[in-house]
Amino acid sequence: MSEIKEVIVKTDRLATDKYQVNMGPQHPSTHGVLRLLVTLEGEKVLNVQPHTGYIHSGIEKMCEAISYPQIIHLTDRMDYLSAHMSNEAVSLCVENALQIEVPDRVKYIRTIMDELTRLASHQLWWCVYGMDLGALTTFFYGLRDRELILDIFEETCGARMTVSYNTPGGLMFDIHPNFQKRVKDYIKYFKTKLPEYDQLLSGNVIMRERTEGIGYLTLEEAIDFGVTGPSGRASGFSNDVRKHQPYSAYPFVKFNEILDHRCDSLARYEVRIKEMWESISIIEQLIDNIPEGDYALKMKGVLKLPEGEFYQRVETARGEFGVFIVSDGKKNPYRLKFRSPGFSNLFALNKMAKGHKIADLVAIMSTLDLIIPDIDR
Amino acid sequence: MAFNIYDFTTLTHNIHVGLAESFSPVLATTIEWVIVGVVYLLFVALFGLFLVYAERKVCAAFQQRLGPTRVGPWGLLQTIADFIKLLMKELIMPRKADWFLYNLAPFIVIIASFLAIAVLPFAPGLQSLDFDIGVFYLTAVSSVGVIGILLAGWSSNNKYSLIGAMRSGAQILSYELSVSLSLLTMVVFAGTMQFSAIVEGQRDAWFIFSGHIPAIIAFVVFLIAGTAETNRGPFDLAEAESELVAGFHTEYSGIKFAMFFLAEYINLFIVSAVAATVFLGGWMPLHFGNFESFNHVMDFIPPVMWFFMKVLTVIFIIMWFKWTFPRLRVDQILTLEWKYLLPINLVNILLMALVVLTKFHF
Repeated sequence: MSEIKEVIVKTDRLATDKYQVNMGPQHPSTHGVLRLLVTLEGEKVLNVQPHTGYIHSGIEKMCEAISYPQIIHLTDRMDYLSAHMSNEAVSLCVENALQIEVPDRVKYIRTIMDELTRLASHQLWWCVYGMDLGALTTFFYGLRDRELILDIFEETCGARMTVSYNTPGGLMFDIHPNFQKRVKDYIKYFKTKLPEYDQLLSGNVIMRERTEGIGYLTLEEAIDFGVTGPSGRASGFSNDVRKHQPYSAYPFVKFNEILDHRCDSLARYEVRIKEMWESISIIEQLIDNIPEGDYALKMKGVLKLPEGEFYQRVETARGEFGVFIVSDGKKNPYRLKFRSPGFSNLFALNKMAKGHKIADLVAIMSTLDLIIPDIDR
Repeated sequence: MAFNIYDFTTLTHNIHVGLAESFSPVLATTIEWVIVGVVYLLFVALFGLFLVYAERKVCAAFQQRLGPTRVGPWGLLQTIADFIKLLMKELIMPRKADWFLYNLAPFIVIIASFLAIAVLPFAPGLQSLDFDIGVFYLTAVSSVGVIGILLAGWSSNNKYSLIGAMRSGAQILSYELSVSLSLLTMVVFAGTMQFSAIVEGQRDAWFIFSGHIPAIIAFVVFLIAGTAETNRGPFDLAEAESELVAGFHTEYSGIKFAMFFLAEYINLFIVSAVAATVFLGGWMPLHFGNFESFNHVMDFIPPVMWFFMKVLTVIFIIMWFKWTFPRLRVDQILTLEWKYLLPINLVNILLMALVVLTKFHF
């Protein structure tokens, strides 16, 4: 009680209390089960403390009990919007450990599917972002286009989102005969639709007012927190794994790494839109030139990695995803750890949201493109 | 009884004469009041239902989908099904809520809407109250609705409802100014505040055409301020900021929520109707001065249809806003009003006064 009296006496402004509010695990917006403990003063955010773990499933522990080809199916479900890239990370890690090289056909197909997944993920991000800002129509535009990609996945891989198409040594099955034609038709269609996204949201003055200068994250802070992916690149942090340590067919394609130096929400938004254009360009370079050959190498029935530690990183739609396998020579890993991009990106939220208002907090969180099962595993 | 769809005065006159012959004057007047009340209630209920359905269909069209299609032909009975559902819901009241204010709030909001509808001219002869300070009366009673919102937020005994009600209250109070000033601009032009005289004055050309620049500016400002008044469109933070504050009507369920919901759509109708009356001519068909043949053709469509066509056009534009634009933050909403719309309005009134004095209009 004495503290309150002191405050009223000392300041001649209205004494406003700090209060804590839970943006609880269940959200009406779509970000998944994340709890944010927000300390507010009036409308201003003072501190944001994320509490994760509401969807912790023990995936890393489960991987210690299953064989390497079976791990692929668990990696789908962590960052489910970049399922193919997570699968590829584990496959590449195992292939590098066994020191085998997959045929070129496999590399090309893996990269094409990667970029299609990245497109689908960014489309979903865009539609949800508009919805968080209040432009409810973007939800339907983004999903309309994403459904077509998911149909392509369903035809070739058997599943829409959790594709499990990769396997150590190559792919599960060959691409469907329709695959190339459908992808080419889709790219032609989507090139006419992506400018619509700009028309609806990017140039809108209300959207600019809500994103320009909001959620500032300097380059040093981005490096300190380890913010990778488009969120980091919007602060000027050059971290694209596809450029720095190319894998699969990325050495054979020409594309730009999109860097922006404005460091605010608008920069994060525009980096992702430009990345969608780059993905389209990569797919166009590869889709007609898929080499003939096997879709997988002949692998032993039971895969045993040599003793040691192996790490592989890939660039998912969210950032750098890493797989760290400690093997003791048996058919299950001794320990498997995933470096998830969402985990590092999430904890930069506090820095970005300090001093802004509640409404901005939701918008900033949306630009980080968080997938909670990826954070909690 | 003669029923002339072009001029309802004959109908109302005949009803009045018929009642006065059969009953004592007091009873006749009372019966007339009851008839008018029932007609308004029916109209509000049916038009509210229609507007909810229209919103869902319009929204679906913008989002490239179909909207309600299964309940009834073309989904027409969807809203009726929704309201039956709301009627059957349990009315939960928070324990420490102030019982009297909690139950009073929805009524105040609906009453404000009814008071405002009473002065609108639907057609020649279809206007129940024709004050000579009509516009003034309208702006006065539309402010009564804020009381209902604030009461709802306060009496719910819920921190978040209170914050939502405060924000909504601040927003509505601020935009009242812009609404009143843009209407005042047109009153300066028309020279009268009486609604029927305003509509008559547009016999040669609608005010938005004859008042050229200041009238167009006033129209745009009125549309923006009108959407903010009804808590719609890009200004709907009080009800859509559902991550933290679920709005002033969180604690209301069932029929009480339906009252708030209906009041919002009726307010939408009122804003559109006022825009249509003051700027677009009300029930007056589109005339162009002395262009007799054209005017004669335009007169074929009954005035009551003209009125509803204009209202529906403005409603469509307001719905268009909602489904296209993202939401503004609360400080941006207040900045827009106080730093942009209000100065523009004041300058516009000056401009309109100059236009009227120098007779630089059509």
